[in-house]
Amino acid sequence: MLSTFLAVLRRDLLLAWRGRADVLVTLAFFIIVVCLFPFGVGAEPNQLRAIAPGVLWVAALLACLLSLHRLFAQDYIDGTLEQLLLSSEPAALWVMAKVLAFWLSTGLPVVAVAPAMGLLLDLEQGGLPVLILSLLLGTPILALLGAVGAALTLGLRGGGMLLALLVLPLFVPVLIFGAGAVEAELSGSGAAAHLLLLGGGLAGALALAPVACAAALRISTD
Amino acid sequence: MQQWESWSAFWDMGGAAFFVWGSYGLTFALIALELVLVFQRRKDTTRRLLRWRRAVGKDAGKRNGEGTMPAMESET
Amino acid sequence: MTNPERGRSLLRFAAPQNFYPLAGRLAPWFAAIAVLLTAIGLWIGFFVAPTDATQGQVYRVIFIHVPAAWMSMFIYLVMAFWSAVGLIMNTRLSFVMSQALAPTGAMFCFVALWTGALWGKPTWGAYWVWDARLTSQLLLLFLYFGFIALTRAIEDPRRADRAGAIIALVGAVNVPIIYFSVQWWNTLHQGASVSLTKAPSMATTMLAGMLVMAFASWAYTLAVVLWRVRPMILERERHTEWVGTELERAGKLSQTAGGRA
Repeated sequence: MLSTFLAVLRRDLLLAWRGRADVLVTLAFFIIVVCLFPFGVGAEPNQLRAIAPGVLWVAALLACLLSLHRLFAQDYIDGTLEQLLLSSEPAALWVMAKVLAFWLSTGLPVVAVAPAMGLLLDLEQGGLPVLILSLLLGTPILALLGAVGAALTLGLRGGGMLLALLVLPLFVPVLIFGAGAVEAELSGSGAAAHLLLLGGGLAGALALAPVACAAALRISTD
Repeated sequence: MQQWESWSAFWDMGGAAFFVWGSYGLTFALIALELVLVFQRRKDTTRRLLRWRRAVGKDAGKRNGEGTMPAMESET
Repeated sequence: MTNPERGRSLLRFAAPQNFYPLAGRLAPWFAAIAVLLTAIGLWIGFFVAPTDATQGQVYRVIFIHVPAAWMSMFIYLVMAFWSAVGLIMNTRLSFVMSQALAPTGAMFCFVALWTGALWGKPTWGAYWVWDARLTSQLLLLFLYFGFIALTRAIEDPRRADRAGAIIALVGAVNVPIIYFSVQWWNTLHQGASVSLTKAPSMATTMLAGMLVMAFASWAYTLAVVLWRVRPMILERERHTEWVGTELERAGKLSQTAGGRA
């Protein structure tokens, strides 16, 4: 079982490495969206500092959303997905491996550049560790929830917009606790409660989302 | 009518006529719209399926259409 | 596509050919109950219930606002319930039920938002505040839109049924989480500046009017959903013989009655 998990993980990471242009596009998107905000709301440092956590989180969420459709699309077209579904391995297992590979190749780079973008928005340095931690806990939840949406909209015309409509309301709690963690840290009330809730959300999503996603994949390929 | 001195006071709603009647008006308009859409859909579906059935050929309906399902007549 | 469910005796009355006439017979009764209860509820709401001491007459919006908000949440739960039944028991009718419920739920959700906005303007001076309840209601509307859009976008009915059921269940699991998170966010950001939760001491007649209107919208929902589900059943079951006879009957009826539906 572990070998399947590792095999799928390695394969997807290898594919992501070969298609690294896509990853760079996601990253560039994240950076540009963050950079748009000073143009929109004005470059007043106090104002930027006030909206920084929310802006970084919304940008990370959108970057994740825009890359989600890639999660199963290629495997769906070339028939790999069907092969995997026909195999005797539990589907939730390799779904988890695919989501992990997706997060490592698109979520983690965003988390890595987020502190630098935080500095651009004049986010106080004390908030940066919490920002990283909240993104580390929160973006996997986005990937897991998004995977269910991606599986349901597989191969549909206009699937991208539909995917956004399906998963964005579900992303709201993650956004609230993620951006809230940074704000709570900066306001001095401590981010522990927010981070614990995000951790709990991640545990719940890890337990439920792969199963739902596997069911959705079966439905979509039937 | 112990709540209202006159009909004009009723329609005025203590100065909140726009808010109260705007709420009730939209609600009942939406309900009416929903009912119209539901019945239109019913008519369209029946007509389309009839046409589809005639295009496909009557044999499917003829062969086992009569007598096999006695439970159907009770519908009003 | 020929009556695969007939063998399962336990689910006999979940079979479309039995449910279709039942729905047709029950719907007018529920519609009549809805009309009657609406008349009673509006009478209580406008002529019996006293003027609110703090809000004046504008509070009379609650007689639709609160029932609509209740219904929108309740209908989502019922949708999720039918979706779960459909996935577990593999009954096609449950999926059709959940899809027939969605538009009415979305309608009530929108009504709750609209009346909330119109109530809010004179009461707190703004059409919209990011109050926890209003915000959750808005997110619920998005969940309805997602469900409706997904089931409409998929052409294969089998896939549409199941995909819709999954997203309804995922949404239902998330509704409490969304509500909790929005409440948390709201208390952090707004403090006690705006509080809708503080219910003004409500006269019994106000509560009665609200309850009667809630039952009226419940009856209305049943009527309209049963009416909506009937053509959906015909469409799904168009290959079966009973739909053939039903269609021929309806066709003859519309010819003699001049197209009366």
